Amino acid sequence: MTVQQPITSLKKSKTAFDVLRIRKDFPVLSRSVNGHPLVYLDNAATSQKPTVVIQALADYYEEYNSNIHRGVHYLSQKATDAYEDARARIASFINAERPEEIVFVRGTTEAINLVAQTYGRLNIKQGDEIVITELEHHSNIVPWQMISEEKGAQLKVVPMTDDGDLELEEYRRLLGNRTKIVAITHISNALGTINPISEMIAMAHNAGIPVLIDGAQAVAHMAIDVRQLDCDFYAFSGHKMFGPTGVGVLYGKGALLESMPPYQGGGDMIKSVTFQKTTYNDIPHKFEAGTPNISGGIALGVAVDYLRSQDRDGISEHEDSLMEYATSQLSIIRGLEIVGKSKKKASVLSFVLAGVHPHDIGTILDSEGIAIRTGHHCAQPIMIRLGIPATARASFALYNTFDEVDELVKGLKKVAEVFGS
Amino acid sequence: MNELRSLYQEVILDHNKNPRNFRVMEDATQVVDGYNPLCGDHYIIYQKVKDDVVVVVTFKGSGCAISKASASLMTTVMKGKTKSEAEVLFQRFHGLVTGEPDLTTHSEELGRLAAFAGVSEFPARVKCAILAWHTVHSALQGKTESVSTE
Repeated sequence: MTVQQPITSLKKSKTAFDVLRIRKDFPVLSRSVNGHPLVYLDNAATSQKPTVVIQALADYYEEYNSNIHRGVHYLSQKATDAYEDARARIASFINAERPEEIVFVRGTTEAINLVAQTYGRLNIKQGDEIVITELEHHSNIVPWQMISEEKGAQLKVVPMTDDGDLELEEYRRLLGNRTKIVAITHISNALGTINPISEMIAMAHNAGIPVLIDGAQAVAHMAIDVRQLDCDFYAFSGHKMFGPTGVGVLYGKGALLESMPPYQGGGDMIKSVTFQKTTYNDIPHKFEAGTPNISGGIALGVAVDYLRSQDRDGISEHEDSLMEYATSQLSIIRGLEIVGKSKKKASVLSFVLAGVHPHDIGTILDSEGIAIRTGHHCAQPIMIRLGIPATARASFALYNTFDEVDELVKGLKKVAEVFGS
Repeated sequence: MNELRSLYQEVILDHNKNPRNFRVMEDATQVVDGYNPLCGDHYIIYQKVKDDVVVVVTFKGSGCAISKASASLMTTVMKGKTKSEAEVLFQRFHGLVTGEPDLTTHSEELGRLAAFAGVSEFPARVKCAILAWHTVHSALQGKTESVSTE
């Protein structure tokens, strides 16, 4: 339990970051829930959407709804241009070498499944090993289990400490001749740990092993440079970075993507089809069978523009200050324990309260208009490792305020009141 | 706050804090697992049935206040009931928490179980309130597989 620090010193963001101006960009933030102003602290599950993104979806359907990559008519050309333009902007956003390295998918889950089912199926053989970590979301566990079972390969898991940090020596030991791929989360969705992925990527590359990074929790919170990281694959979802649901991105190094077989078969992923032989399309289209989420891709491009137009260092500092403030304020609540105590954490604050199940905390906070997540956060191995059934999780985004943290603290006092603890 | 109080009634808070019949039963005739993996509520229900009468029900496990209090109260009301009486109770409790009460039932017949009427105002919590009940119901029908209400 930490000592209470003077509120005034922590309550001000160190920068001139104008959170109230940002809040005006997100229409849902002005609504009420259960008679209270909404306090949305479930951003690790999905972020809210700014007006520009919502409007981009409407614009597509109202003004140029059309299928892409095949029409000669005006609307189809306009939709194709907008979709491919979004791809290019996303490529530049994460500093990919070229737009063809951006594969549109439904989300992080599909991105990881795509790599497991194409790269994995081609390269993983019986007796091979796949290295993941104890901090993974189910979506970076199950696709690898599936391909392991199919191929007779083995899953090796990097353990974590009680604080939620990966044990790097153990990681080094697990990288071996049989390791065919490493898959690591950038930021843990359950504990908030920021993993030292640059170092981990370099260690894997020294052993000649490619690395996939699950960036679902990271893209909204920090600038990502895939070339500086030198990761081989980077997966993320649009909806956690202020874009729409149902669209996400798999970044892959061009040469790797070119070496991989297609994911699904169908239209758009082919150059020519006869009953004797089909020639596959070039990347990224080879991996994009069927009509994609066109409006979603376009709106994700707009979400990227929105994020880039903000002071990204300012966002990081604001979120770090919020985390620091929330951690200090929650730590002094009697019986409350923060789960995940890594020194490097981002935007996720998991906790348990003695004598009160997280689910009950969630219901009582909801009655105060406060949205948090409770449960195992699709990371059951972490819960098993820590010996708890579930946690309550508050997760922050650029639009959250210090006053909202105060509301959370007030809500938690109400929980204690109801439970008489 | 009033709605909250109607959900977290004293009797519920009491059974959560001091669950009744909260023990393993070595000579149970049936042991069934009730598990809601998304929220983490997990109980094992033990019951001893003799000549179509539920002699005793106990439980172990962990979960939220609603699921634990519901399991605890259930063990107290099921004791001594015939299988058909237990079935009637199950249906009535189900109706109560889903907001479709059996209008022929007076609340006094439900007794302390009426404390769970407030759950119907919280649709996300119905699955918590009925977990132990479904588990026992399943056991009474001779099923042995794990039960979930998610």
